[in-house]
Amino acid sequence: MPIVKAVTCPVCGSLCDDIELTIENGEIVKVKNGCAMCEAKFLSHRSEHRIRKPLIRKNGELVKTTLKEAVQRAAEILAEANYPVLYGWSSTSCEAISVGIELAEEVGGVIDNTAVVCHGPSLLSVQDVGIPSCTLGQIRHRADLIIYWGCDPWSAHPRHIERYTAFSEGRFEKSAWRGYIAKIRTLIGRKKIQSTVRRLVFKKPPEIKAQLEPTFVPSIAKEGRKLIVIDVRRTKTAEMADFFVRVEPGKDYELLQAFRALIRDQELEVDSVAGVPVGYLEEVADAMVSCDFGALFFGLGLTMSGAKLRNIDAALSLVRDLNMRTKFVIMPMRGHFNVTGANTVFTWQTGYPYAVDFSLGYPRYNPGETSVVDVLLRGESDAALIVASDPVSNFPRKAAEHIAKNPLIYIGPHMDVTAQVADVVIPSAMVGVEASGTAYRMDHVPIPLKKVVDPPRGVLPDEEILRRILTEVRKIKREKAKAEAA
Amino acid sequence: MAEKPKLKVVLLTGRTIEQGVGKELGKSTREYVESVSVCYMDPGDMRKLGVKDGVNVQVSTAFGSVVVKAKKSLRAPHPGVIYIPYGPWANVVVDPETHGIGMPSFKGVPAVVEPTDKPVLGLEELLKQQFGKG
Repeated sequence: MPIVKAVTCPVCGSLCDDIELTIENGEIVKVKNGCAMCEAKFLSHRSEHRIRKPLIRKNGELVKTTLKEAVQRAAEILAEANYPVLYGWSSTSCEAISVGIELAEEVGGVIDNTAVVCHGPSLLSVQDVGIPSCTLGQIRHRADLIIYWGCDPWSAHPRHIERYTAFSEGRFEKSAWRGYIAKIRTLIGRKKIQSTVRRLVFKKPPEIKAQLEPTFVPSIAKEGRKLIVIDVRRTKTAEMADFFVRVEPGKDYELLQAFRALIRDQELEVDSVAGVPVGYLEEVADAMVSCDFGALFFGLGLTMSGAKLRNIDAALSLVRDLNMRTKFVIMPMRGHFNVTGANTVFTWQTGYPYAVDFSLGYPRYNPGETSVVDVLLRGESDAALIVASDPVSNFPRKAAEHIAKNPLIYIGPHMDVTAQVADVVIPSAMVGVEASGTAYRMDHVPIPLKKVVDPPRGVLPDEEILRRILTEVRKIKREKAKAEAA
Repeated sequence: MAEKPKLKVVLLTGRTIEQGVGKELGKSTREYVESVSVCYMDPGDMRKLGVKDGVNVQVSTAFGSVVVKAKKSLRAPHPGVIYIPYGPWANVVVDPETHGIGMPSFKGVPAVVEPTDKPVLGLEELLKQQFGKG
């Protein structure tokens, strides 16, 4: 059985490139080194939930059609629309995104990528404040303090900690894995002793309250790599941390500004900030300024709640301030595997990372006005093309409603929620599994994606489908111009 | 008849590993639907409402109302906070307001939870109910 090594995983922004796949009769049968999501994705390429034939809605039902007819119908919808929305792009290759932007310009629509409901506020803040950052390799080899703020890599980027941060074996910094195992063993041992004492001496059933108390392990002063987690819930990642700070929902901004004051040696004239005693915060601030190389990763806990982009302003400013005392970097935890690529390609071709409006013939960028959710909430768009994304499943209902109401074209490999309410469905090859391409890791390092198996018969990659739609749109517009001239 | 208890909470939506695996397997799979039509609650809050693990609850906000299955949170204690994984069920109740920057409020939405006898809708029924398509 052939084994393909060094495959890049097309799931999250970590883009782990050490996956080994066993191929049997043109199918992936075994996935090595990957996380649960990676395995699910590679093994799902022959799933019954794949779309194998193009579909078109007739009399309210989706019926099978030919690729030519589906492309023709999609081109007609886009060419006839006054203000179409072209959305998605974060789970396809940079090459396909590039064609998508050309198409948006041709049809005079709004093109936006999933960053708008993810790290869009981070991009706005980076434009305001700037970002001191580096590659994940630097962090792996040098960082001795890792902070995860408002993110849960254990659930969303399962191998991030192991490959790039606290549990990775770097050249200058060793993995904190053994310490973590020792800590877990101690905690389990302590719990066992407590439960035995309770049963034998006090003859009481286990108290739920005791299990629910947060575990506070004052190991912030330990040697070697340290892991701090700041979140509203005690996530799985928080359980691994040397220090966990539970912030009240929506109060991250206050906490960030409190840290900014503390690292400048200013005294806080309150007992607690965002529900956290100042004593705790002082200890964390001490760890921040006394590290040699710190890295702060932040997630949607900051971008989606409370002050949104102002949270990120404060986080970037905190890291800027920390650089006066030590070396510190900051990086957003990007979700989709090529959302960074989408921002990068958008910026090359239009000058802006997301929410680009071509309705005046040139690119305009004004998130809040030209961002897809706002366009939908105002009910302005009259058609939508969705590529490699599932907004009907991920947008607030009111925004999703407007997508579903108007003519909707869906290009993607699976029968997603958006596909189920679409008017034209074109199946595409899974990028990184059945089609090659380029994707950008969360630290802006471009990584090639491999084609390891063939797509189902007749199924094309996104790039090719978009090219065909673009050619067809141009043909329709030429004919229309000719007819008007005559 | 005594009025059913209600609880004012803050709604968070986000990722879970089950939702991550489910979305890769396919949105129409049982795994996906079961991973996102749930609401993780603090055990103390569940006692206050008198609901047990796996019982249906109705989550209502200013933007909509949806029935999901209550699940005991493994990430407790987080009294007054409920957690629904990203997906079509959560989207019925999140705040679409973008505050002029394009980003809706997916986290930190004030909500009310109450026990209910209504069933949790399947994906197709939910799409029909919300969009009249699907």
